[in-house]
Amino acid sequence: MTVNVIEAGGLGKRYGGTWALRDCSLAVPAGHVAALVGPNGAGKSTLLNLAAGLAEPSAGGVTVLGGLPAGSRAAVDGIAFVAQDTPLYKNLPVADMLHLTRNLNRRFDQAYAQARLAELGIPLKRKAGKLSGGQQAQLALTLALARRPRLLLLDEPVAMLDPVARHDFMAAVLTAMADDGVSVVLSSHALAELERVADYLVLISRGRVQVAGEVEDLLASHRMLTGPAADAGRYAARLVVHLRRGAAQAHLLVRAAPHDPVPPGWEAHPVGLEELALAYLREPGAGALPGPARGRSAQPSEVTR
Amino acid sequence: MTALTAPARPDEDAPLRPLPWRRMAWVTWRQHRTALVGAVALLGVLAVWLWRAGTRVHRDYAAAVACRPVGSAACQDLVTTFNGTWQLMVNPAVLLLVVPALTGAFAGAPVLARELETGTFRFAWTQGFDRWRWALAKLAALAVVLAGAGAAFGALVSWCYQPFSHSNQALALGLYGKGGLDGNTQFALVFGLRAVAFPAWTLAAFAVGVLAGMLIRRVVPAIVTTLAVYTGLAIAAAAFLREHYLTPLVTSADVHGTAWIINQWWTKDGKFAFGGRIPDTIWNQFCPQGPVDAAKCLAPHGYTQWTSYQPDSRFWTFQWIEGGWLLALSVLLIAAAIWLVRRRAA
Repeated sequence: MTVNVIEAGGLGKRYGGTWALRDCSLAVPAGHVAALVGPNGAGKSTLLNLAAGLAEPSAGGVTVLGGLPAGSRAAVDGIAFVAQDTPLYKNLPVADMLHLTRNLNRRFDQAYAQARLAELGIPLKRKAGKLSGGQQAQLALTLALARRPRLLLLDEPVAMLDPVARHDFMAAVLTAMADDGVSVVLSSHALAELERVADYLVLISRGRVQVAGEVEDLLASHRMLTGPAADAGRYAARLVVHLRRGAAQAHLLVRAAPHDPVPPGWEAHPVGLEELALAYLREPGAGALPGPARGRSAQPSEVTR
Repeated sequence: MTALTAPARPDEDAPLRPLPWRRMAWVTWRQHRTALVGAVALLGVLAVWLWRAGTRVHRDYAAAVACRPVGSAACQDLVTTFNGTWQLMVNPAVLLLVVPALTGAFAGAPVLARELETGTFRFAWTQGFDRWRWALAKLAALAVVLAGAGAAFGALVSWCYQPFSHSNQALALGLYGKGGLDGNTQFALVFGLRAVAFPAWTLAAFAVGVLAGMLIRRVVPAIVTTLAVYTGLAIAAAAFLREHYLTPLVTSADVHGTAWIINQWWTKDGKFAFGGRIPDTIWNQFCPQGPVDAAKCLAPHGYTQWTSYQPDSRFWTFQWIEGGWLLALSVLLIAAAIWLVRRRAA
C-alpha cells in the first residue's frame, strides 16, 4: 500500500483574522516529486510550514509519513525542510553549518555532505553568506539531504535563482529522489521547471485544494481544443476548465480522454503541465478533481456502518 | 517519469543517534561567541580599571587607618588623600549601573530575535533537536555564563568600595568627610553593583531581552525595548520597591550614619505634627537663632523626631531578597520565551 507523505483533513491556519489556509484536505502519496502550485497568498507556504511542524493548525489536522502527527519527534526526524529563501546562518563557514546541523540531528551523513559539496565546488571554509545564491540553495539542500530524510519539503527553493542555478537545483532534487527514494513536496512558481521534475501536482487557490493528482493522469484526462470562436459554446460547461477566445479562434482546455471524439472543425492537442496549471490558476472556481484516497477519514461512512 | 511507490530509504541505513544536551553546547558557543566574548571583554576592561582603582583605594585606606599619632598633620593629609579617592569612585558607580543593562540587552535580545528576523528559525526549529530543548539549552547556558561573569564582577566592585563603608573605626578617624557609603548611598547608588544584585540585574536584563526578542522579532527594536524596560524596572526597584523588602525599624533616637533612612517625621504630645522638612514657621517660632540641631531646639517644646530606617545589618539580606525576586522574574520570562518558541512560530 502506498503511504501518504502528507495527509491533511479540514486543515486551516489563521493569522490574526485572516485565513492563510482554509478547509484544506489532501493526500500526497509517497514516491513522488509533488509540486504545490498556486498564486501568491494561496497558502502553499502555510501548508508546508504546517507539515514541517513549524506552525500549529487553527483547524483540522495534518499528518506526515503515513500518519505521524506533524511536528512530532518521529516526524521531525524523517522530514527535512528547506524554507523559503533557504535560510542559513550567513556568518558561519560552510564547515560550521555542517557541524551545527550534525549536532542538531539524530542522523547526519557527514561524508555524503562533504562529498556533495566538493562535487559542487563549494568551499568548506567560505562563510555561507558569501556563497552565491545558487550555492546557498545547494548548501541548504545538502544539509537537508544529509539528514537522510524520507520526505523533503522545499518552499520556493528556486525563486531567487538564475536559470542555470534553477536547472542545477532541480536536477539535484531529481537525483536525490532517484538515489535515495526520498519523497519530495515542493512549492514553486517556476512552472517550466516543475514540468521537468514534478510527477504529482497539487493546485491550491484561495487556501483550498483545486486539483490534486499524478501529472500523467492529469495530462491524459485533459486536452486543448482549438476551433472557431463562434462555436465555443459547444462543449458542456462542466467539462471546460478554461476558455480563451481569440479574434477568430477559441482555445478550450477541457476534461477529456485521449480518444474522445473531437467535434468537426476543431483540433485537439495534448496539454503540458504548464498549460494545465495556468488554465486552472486562471479559473480558481474550476472544479477539483478527485485526489487519491485519503486514509481513515476517506472511508465511506456506509461501509463502516 | 514513472512514480516510485517504493518506501523511502530504510531506516537501518543510518541508525538514529541520541541527542544529548551537550550537543547544544557547541552550537550555542559557535553562534553566540561574539556576544559572549563582547560581554566578557566589556566586563574585563572595566575590571582592570576597577582593580587598579581598588588597589589605590585600599592602599590609601590602610595608610590613613594605620597612621599614628592620630590627628597629626601627616595623618590628616592621609585622611584627605583617602577622602579624595571617593571623588574618583563615585561617578563611575553611576556609569557602572548601565553595565548589567548593556550586557544583558545585547546578549539577550538577539538570541531569538535574530533567528526570527532572518528567517533562520525555520531552519533551526525543523532540525531533530526539539525546539524547546534547543531554546532551553541556549538560554540556560548563556544565562549561566552571564550571571557567573556578573557575579565575579560584582564581587570585584564590592571589594573596591569596601573601604568606603562607614566602619566605626574609620569614622572615629574622621574618614569620609561628606562622602563614602552612608546608608542612602549604600542602599541606592551602589546597591545594584554588589556581588548578588549585579549578576541578578544582568540576568534580568538578559531575560527581558530574550522575551522582547521573541515578541518583537527584530533585533534593534528588541534591544531598545529591553533597555527601556530595564530602566523602568531599576528605577521602580530603587525608588519604590527596595525600602519595602523588610518592614523598616522606627526609632526616636539618633540612627547610625550607615542606616538607610526611609522617612522622618515629628510628633507633639503623641500626635503627628509634621513630616519631612521642618516648616519655616516652626523654625522661626522655636529656633530663631537659625538652623542648629533641630532635635535639641524642638525637644523642650514637646516635639519628638521619629525615623524609620533600614539598618546597615540588613544590607546583605536586601541583596538576597533583590537577587531572589530578580532570579524568579528572569526564570519566569525565559520560561515564557521557551513556551512561545514551542508553541508559536511561522
